[in-house]
Amino acid sequence: MKTLRILGLCLVFAGLYACGEADEPAGPPDTLQRGLPTDAETLDHHKARSLQAADVLRDLGEGLVGYSATGELIPAAAESWEVSDDGLRYTFHLRDGLRWSNGDPVVADHFVAGMRRLVDPETAAVYVDLLSGIENAAAISAGDIPVSMLGVEAPDDRTLVIRLAQPAPYFINLLSNPSTFPIHPPSIAEHGDRFARPGRLVSNGAYKLAAWVPGSLIALTRNEHYWNNAATAIDAVNYHVLVQDTAELNRYRAGELHITSTVPPDAFAQVRNQYGNELHVSPQLNIYYYGFNLTKPPFKDNLALRQALSMAVDREELVEDVVGRGEPPAYSWVPPGINNYDPPRLSFSSLSKNDREQRARHLYRQAGYSEDNPLRVQIRFNTNATHKKVAVAIQSMWLDVLGVEAELINEESQVWLANMREAEVTQVFRASWVGDYNDAHTFLSILQSGNGMNMPRYENEDYDELMELAAAQSDPKQRRLLLEEAERKMLSDHPVIPLYFYVSKHLVKPEIEGWGDNVLDYHYSQHLSFKAAGGD
Amino acid sequence: MLRYTLLRILGAIPTLLLVIALAFLMVHAAPGGPFSNERVLPEHVEEKIEKKYRLDEPLPKQFIRYVSGLVQGDLGPSYGYRDYDVDELIAETFPRSLRIGALAITLALLLGMAAGTVAALRQGSWLDKFVMGFSMTGLSIPVFVVAPVLVLLFAVKLHWLPAGWTSQTGISRYVLPVITLALPQIAYIARLTRASMIDVLGRDFVRTARAQGLGTATVVRVHALRPAMLPVLSYLGPAVAAVLTGSVVVEEIFGISGMGQLFVRGASNRDYTLVLGIVITYATLIIALNLIVDILYGIIDPRVRYR
Repeated sequence: MKTLRILGLCLVFAGLYACGEADEPAGPPDTLQRGLPTDAETLDHHKARSLQAADVLRDLGEGLVGYSATGELIPAAAESWEVSDDGLRYTFHLRDGLRWSNGDPVVADHFVAGMRRLVDPETAAVYVDLLSGIENAAAISAGDIPVSMLGVEAPDDRTLVIRLAQPAPYFINLLSNPSTFPIHPPSIAEHGDRFARPGRLVSNGAYKLAAWVPGSLIALTRNEHYWNNAATAIDAVNYHVLVQDTAELNRYRAGELHITSTVPPDAFAQVRNQYGNELHVSPQLNIYYYGFNLTKPPFKDNLALRQALSMAVDREELVEDVVGRGEPPAYSWVPPGINNYDPPRLSFSSLSKNDREQRARHLYRQAGYSEDNPLRVQIRFNTNATHKKVAVAIQSMWLDVLGVEAELINEESQVWLANMREAEVTQVFRASWVGDYNDAHTFLSILQSGNGMNMPRYENEDYDELMELAAAQSDPKQRRLLLEEAERKMLSDHPVIPLYFYVSKHLVKPEIEGWGDNVLDYHYSQHLSFKAAGGD
Repeated sequence: MLRYTLLRILGAIPTLLLVIALAFLMVHAAPGGPFSNERVLPEHVEEKIEKKYRLDEPLPKQFIRYVSGLVQGDLGPSYGYRDYDVDELIAETFPRSLRIGALAITLALLLGMAAGTVAALRQGSWLDKFVMGFSMTGLSIPVFVVAPVLVLLFAVKLHWLPAGWTSQTGISRYVLPVITLALPQIAYIARLTRASMIDVLGRDFVRTARAQGLGTATVVRVHALRPAMLPVLSYLGPAVAAVLTGSVVVEEIFGISGMGQLFVRGASNRDYTLVLGIVITYATLIIALNLIVDILYGIIDPRVRYR
């Protein structure tokens, strides 16, 4: 009997325990429910680095400029701006009546303070290089001169002047990045580095932070002090952290999410049939590529081999039969659709499959390999179902066309990253790059010598020189020609095998209005609304 | 018994220290670091951050600093959640995981023992075969398959329960995660109880009780249940461990802000302090539960003596 009593007690205890839990905020009934594939690491906009944190930060904060639902640059905190003729001086005029979520006015000094905090070496901000084009920024972030020397100043509360060291036509685009948002100095004075938490975070965007349950939920509510509050339709937004894409899809199916962050690869065909118009697939500024380790044999100084391997890949077959979610095949490094740029294409892109493979075999022999002496090579990728499928396909294409014996090595993502950065054991590696802003520079700059993101370790003096000439060029047309010339030069060296460009994949419930597909894959909650009930 | 308990607690300290040292070595030995990412930081920024979190110090020094902080109850700041300290994150998530785990274990004990006893009493009947068949299935289907199937059935098709933790508040959101976690445990406990109950029912004292004219219900309740429970009780320690590891998957699938999903995230982000903090919490929990089980053993079986 005693044992039964103990068990009974356990049950009562557990029951009470479960019921006694304080409920997390579920939000009002018409809360927008969005999926988030991983939790934000921080909501401090200078320390955040993930795309997911940036998505949330664009709802919470506001920069000088922003984007419309369809991806056009629009004025945000600044109502207008002028650029000097030499392209070096930007003067921004802030809107009247800008306020923080606690009612304090937003003044130009808060933007100055924000940008200074971004480049301050003490902050150790992730995007510290984003504003390196501003006068003195690079020297400040290197710790050589004080932050007060940054070329940003506020002559009055509603005017902000930014001076650049070099003309950069894409500069205006950077000012939509959360790293350039203003800071609320009293919050930092009071809470130091830990200001970005529920109950503390003061924001200047359409929403404010209501709750954050780590690993589970970020809840936002309307910021009544926002200058354009009247145009914000949705009162509250919940970001549900859902690491597993199938779990996210199930929530959408159960009617618990309005917008998903992605669609699981395996369920894609089924989702397309079942949901039709609710599925939004749109090109993104994001390339999937294979890189060669150019510091070691067999790829060092072996252009013919690199070109042969690139040519042996049937990109159409790859995107249609293997990846299959509407991705465009990549014959360039810079994605099509980028502003003021026409990407040059790989020389063999117009050849027929037969000619292309013939030429690939010729180059392969020229590089010193043959059927009796095949290339044995390792392909490294981070563990992921899609990466594996792509690697298997490429392994088989290389074998069929050239007789290359490729070994596939999947690695836990930090191991893969460490190996790629060290460039000791890697030969061929899978990687990707997401553009930070809508300009070719964000893609081309990473392949300059010494850039930390230059994973193949590509070094070409001509390329670097063309990039520098473009950077100094204030005429947009000349600059564009220089950048295109640089890409053409780089493509002919084959440091990478561009494979395909990513597409964004979202499921959006039919009752959501205002959704726009765009290359940046930015979807501000403030642009969305629920269809009026009873309407048709 | 008090002396025994105290000795056991003292004995747990070196075990815990060993766990901490091993975990510390292992997280630091893994390639990469908390601040390495595909978006490579400029070198001076990386140096600055490492200096700030004192990751530039030699490992032994970092270890000593960590342990001395630990003694004062300081688990350090999280590297992966830069607005939080590790103890805050554990305090936020651990109660939730504990609650779900406790519910799952209780459910497993109740259903598992009831099913096992019934199967033992009706040995060879269709009921026995059903229970054993069910438990075989329950044991062999992994959690990451059971969970989506339950969600598809009860949330997507029938709309009886929420598919995710954060979609609703209240008790209904506990149902699917708890059942998913409990299922393999129900199965295992049912098998254990059945085997042990069959053994006990064949013993002399049970025959004597029956010879005295007691009904089956009384025989089971008064005489057989207690000794038959012993193997189940010793299984409780491993069961708790299994529920804890199972919770990692369940929490990710249902989007529960529990310690399990935090652990996975911490490990893949190389959030050293978070991983260590959770390992210490898990280890303490398992050591404590084993101790409790050993003490309970003596309460249920009077033949056990503590020295």
